Amino acid sequence: MEKWSRFNIASVVLGFGFLYLPIVLLVIFSFNESKLVTVWAGFSTKWYTQLWHNQGLLDAAWVTIRVGLLSATCATVLGTLAALALVRYSRFRGRVLFSGMVYAPLVMPEVITGLSLLLLFVAIGLDRGFWTITLAHITFTMCFVAVVVQSRLLSFDQSIEEAALDLGATPVRTFFAITLPVIAPAVFSGWVLAFTLSLDDLVISSFTTGPGATTLPMKIYSQVRLGVTPEINAICTILIGIVALGVIVASIVTKRREVQRERDERAAVAASG
Amino acid sequence: MKSLGSIRRSFAPWADPASKPFISVKNVTKKFGDFTAVDDLSLDIYTREFFALLGASGCGKSTLLRMLAGFEQPTSGEIILDGQNLAGIPPYRRPVNMMFQSYALFPHMTVESNIAFGLKQDGMPKADIAERVGQMLKLVKLEKFAQRKPHQLSGGQRQRVALARSLAKRPKVLLLDEPLGALDKKLREETQFELMDLQQELGLTFVIVTHDQEEAMTMAGRIAVMSHGKVVQVATPAEIYEAPNSRFVADFIGDVNLFDGTVTAAEGGAVRIETAGGIPVRMASPEKLADGARAAVAIRPEKIRISRQPPAHAPVNAAEGEIWDIGYLGDMTVFHVRLKDGKVVKASSLNAVRAVEDPLGYDQQVWVSFGEDAGVVLKD
Repeated sequence: MEKWSRFNIASVVLGFGFLYLPIVLLVIFSFNESKLVTVWAGFSTKWYTQLWHNQGLLDAAWVTIRVGLLSATCATVLGTLAALALVRYSRFRGRVLFSGMVYAPLVMPEVITGLSLLLLFVAIGLDRGFWTITLAHITFTMCFVAVVVQSRLLSFDQSIEEAALDLGATPVRTFFAITLPVIAPAVFSGWVLAFTLSLDDLVISSFTTGPGATTLPMKIYSQVRLGVTPEINAICTILIGIVALGVIVASIVTKRREVQRERDERAAVAASG
Repeated sequence: MKSLGSIRRSFAPWADPASKPFISVKNVTKKFGDFTAVDDLSLDIYTREFFALLGASGCGKSTLLRMLAGFEQPTSGEIILDGQNLAGIPPYRRPVNMMFQSYALFPHMTVESNIAFGLKQDGMPKADIAERVGQMLKLVKLEKFAQRKPHQLSGGQRQRVALARSLAKRPKVLLLDEPLGALDKKLREETQFELMDLQQELGLTFVIVTHDQEEAMTMAGRIAVMSHGKVVQVATPAEIYEAPNSRFVADFIGDVNLFDGTVTAAEGGAVRIETAGGIPVRMASPEKLADGARAAVAIRPEKIRISRQPPAHAPVNAAEGEIWDIGYLGDMTVFHVRLKDGKVVKASSLNAVRAVEDPLGYDQQVWVSFGEDAGVVLKD
């Protein structure tokens, strides 16, 4: 193993400190006994139990999860279709324009996306609430799914689709029997990404929300304006836990599959040689 | 198993004007934008034939194969298969199957499911599918690997799965796109003969695309040599090699010595040609050529003799030179002989005897000579 120089150690400590110190503080203070956020008064989990009695927070969490599940699923379907169109029909007219337009929301300031969606919903007379938030989330997470799925499709051996057609499968059957199973991991990670983005979106939700549809980030934000409470720390810690768990599970699954594949390939070569 | 010699010897439907072609490619052109991949190409392929499309990369051979499979539509012209015009018929409704260069195995399915895939699309009963898959696995000797996934197989095994999968539906025609390209040399040679035997056993029509002339010569009954989207010559391997119809074919297939010259006289079934290097050549030619016409004589290296003494027919069909290079290949030796005018002639001789007492060496003065029927006369 290489020896670590002082400089390297210093940069690692600084970098990770910069990233994680605030989060670590938040997690620590979520277990604080005291009601004062910045004064440590002993370990306690009372704020977590108290969460279960805060109906407002629970409602917001439920709204967030419903919006996340629904919008991530719709965005995954639409984003996958967009990625397919972009990769497969590379010869159609206006492809460059189309791909630019699919990716525009990636770099578009959220305030502008939110505002324009709000204007649209007002113009067509859609009552703002759960459905408008969901629609807005579909809109802005779709392009992330498209990017993830597209990068998988670029390395996809198209001759396996041709082989399926050649063996008598219609294009629709080919898609469901061959293409989708092969790109499924990318589609799944696109879904996870969309869900995560939807989960912690504040700006676009604020623009497109209506009465009775308050998401968790909005709830937290509005409560923080009245002062940070240990309760907020607790719910944030839970959110961090969920996201971290998702990321860890996803990476373990991918890693294990890779390792298994490598082992199989080595075994095959050894057996044939 | 019975030897296939008797079938092979007598099989020549292309020579019989009464036999009907199984696949008819009629004036097919395929353009991609400004690029013409296949240019007004016509071709007949007969049932049970092993037909090879041979050419360098970019000559349009793969595009032609993909048009047969239905992945590309001709820009103009038509393709008739067994009396049916294939225009507008999608790949999944054509009675042909293809074996892909990359094998294109379905990575998420076992060997067994890969082979069964096509049969399932036809709605074949489960029991019949199982039986057919069993037969196919036996045919390619992969019974033990039925439950493996493609990435758990070696290259040669994958190739055999791809073959089994494309044969499972018993297609009228099997299209093979560089099927052996990914195998190493030894395995490739073995597989060539396996494929030939399989084709005869099953009585199928095989159309193979390859850039490897040895592969085409070994396996195919007839070869179409392609260049720039056109067919240059269609003939049996022996005809292609011994009687190429153009400089391109002579040069593309195997090694050749080309002597450019002018026709000085036509006499009986032969012509006299004065080569640029001053060698008077008399060469058999079925075609009468006019005096003064430009022509080239193409002679294969193994048909050129090397001797220390001038042959009896010198100076006709003979020239003096110096051994310039020697390539010893074990089974034979290739000599590069430099003639007086600087032209280098390639001559190869079989090493039929283990030890030669007085072998030819560098810088020796020798005569190269050839018979009247050793080569072909090509018009310019």
